[in-house]
Amino acid sequence: MLFQGKTHKFGSDVNTDYIISGKYKFKTLDMKELAKHVMEDLDPDFYNKVTPGDFIVAGTNFGCGSSREQAPLAIKYANISAVLAKSFARIFYRNAINTGLPVVECDTDMIEPGDDIEVDLAAGVIRNKTKGVEIPVKPLPSVMIKILNDGGLAAHFKQYGGFNFD
Amino acid sequence: MGQTIIEKILSAHSGQEAYANEIVVAHVDFVMGQDGTSPLAIRAFESMEGKEVFDTEKVAFVIDHSSPSPLEGVSALHKLMREFSGSKGFRLYDIGEGVCHQLIPESGKVGPGSLVIGADSHTCTYGALNAFSTGVGSTDLAGGLISGKMWFKVPETIKFVCNGVLPRGVYAKDLILHLIGDVTADGATYMSAEYVGDAVSALSMEGRFTMANMAIEMGAKAGMMEADDKTMAWLARYTDEKFIPVMADSDAIYAAVKEYDVSSLEPQVAKPHRVDNVCPVGEVAGTPVQQAFIGTCTNGRLEDLQNAAAIMKGRKIAPDVRFIVAPASKRIYLEAMRDGTLETLVEAGAAVVTPGCGPCVGTHNGVPSDGENVISTANRNFKGRMGNGNAFIYLASPATVAASALTGKITDPREFIK
Ligand code: SF4
Repeated sequence: MLFQGKTHKFGSDVNTDYIISGKYKFKTLDMKELAKHVMEDLDPDFYNKVTPGDFIVAGTNFGCGSSREQAPLAIKYANISAVLAKSFARIFYRNAINTGLPVVECDTDMIEPGDDIEVDLAAGVIRNKTKGVEIPVKPLPSVMIKILNDGGLAAHFKQYGGFNFD
Repeated sequence: MGQTIIEKILSAHSGQEAYANEIVVAHVDFVMGQDGTSPLAIRAFESMEGKEVFDTEKVAFVIDHSSPSPLEGVSALHKLMREFSGSKGFRLYDIGEGVCHQLIPESGKVGPGSLVIGADSHTCTYGALNAFSTGVGSTDLAGGLISGKMWFKVPETIKFVCNGVLPRGVYAKDLILHLIGDVTADGATYMSAEYVGDAVSALSMEGRFTMANMAIEMGAKAGMMEADDKTMAWLARYTDEKFIPVMADSDAIYAAVKEYDVSSLEPQVAKPHRVDNVCPVGEVAGTPVQQAFIGTCTNGRLEDLQNAAAIMKGRKIAPDVRFIVAPASKRIYLEAMRDGTLETLVEAGAAVVTPGCGPCVGTHNGVPSDGENVISTANRNFKGRMGNGNAFIYLASPATVAASALTGKITDPREFIK
């Protein structure tokens, strides 16, 4: 999987309430509608700033807080191609993989807002074209690669009728 | 090689000797979803081509987050949940029954050694019962509903050894806030917390639920406790089933062991907008509050209401404060009614709302206004958490919230406890 785009940078501990506020998630299952409010409490105009394929880049503990799967889905439906962070909260991490949003653990200090980058998951590397540097990516557990390759957990279940990691 | 509590539970449920960082597929004893997460899980269930749930006795949905429905859109999602649970034949706890994390323990279906997944991040609460319970998202929930299984990375464990006697006016909530402030919001990410020591053994089950509940606020996957006579006596109120306690081996391997002496701990407050932004109450005492809230899966239990009532008896809240109380379950509501606790709180000025999440997650029941300060017994104070990104939320024990409601400013509860 190869993605290319510009970066939008946030700090550490971006919680699920910031990603999509609880007050919206109960209202609807329409993810396109929810996506309009993504990151709203941190940057009210965020949704309009995104060009399809862009990346969210953050510090540590991205996605801490609730188990709401609306968080990775809203990011995905806002046309973000992947989230890059130094570390992720575990429920968010699982949810992202399960719903097919690539999440990449790497040293994000070498990425600034607006940098033009290329994320090459197969090669396990991020190429920061603006800065001319390559950043290694922490590999995913094999189970997660399998789920991501199958197109998310729902597709995995559909294909195998249950968990199949052999 | 010795094992931690969680390694033992995952071994027993996966049929293989499980140690930290291994990946196992384990069967689960109970699967829970609430109204913020179940609708998406139903969709995932359908796209997975699920037919039935794996065991109708081991599944429940709870309508607690936005309950009763404040909006048409929410009503539609609730209806979807009712129809799904009705057609599959498993239990749905409808409006007014209470918060999921009180109802599932009260159901008697979870106890020492159980493995539970719930589509709510505070599912870690049942660690107080010596169960491994953890939060998942909607797609994982759907997978669990269909297969009765879940894959896990076996977590490493941090052991928190808490010794000493909690001083007067200092509670389990203060202790867990202190621990979170110490290790920070991601100090235990991907890991399990094990709470031990004589200060933990001395806690009531209510206090233990409070501590296990907030494990997620340090990023942990679970907040485990040992089972003792108190655990077994508590469970015996709800079930005849005989659970077998799971103890850590003396040579179990821990990622870290942290020791605390609680004897000089003061009441703690988490300041906006982070749960790990913790200080002794004295540092923020005097900050005006416009709203005070006692409830949630952290602190909406009978003992919490009683602690508040002890401070409020014969007193009235400050004239410019709104005081909201949400009992964690209908059972607690009734108990607090029968023993006079609720009467005391209402006479003091409480507005009692439906058992459930109340205003915790900002969908209804008390959304603060711009610039207002709220003092709450909940577990999260993120910006916007209660439905308004321009409000400020302080987290504290029920005693501190009660004292603050009386004075209209953040107040050390020890001023009211003789
Ligand atoms: S009371 Fe609050 S934290 Fe607990 S389950 Fe409800 S919304 Fe979540």
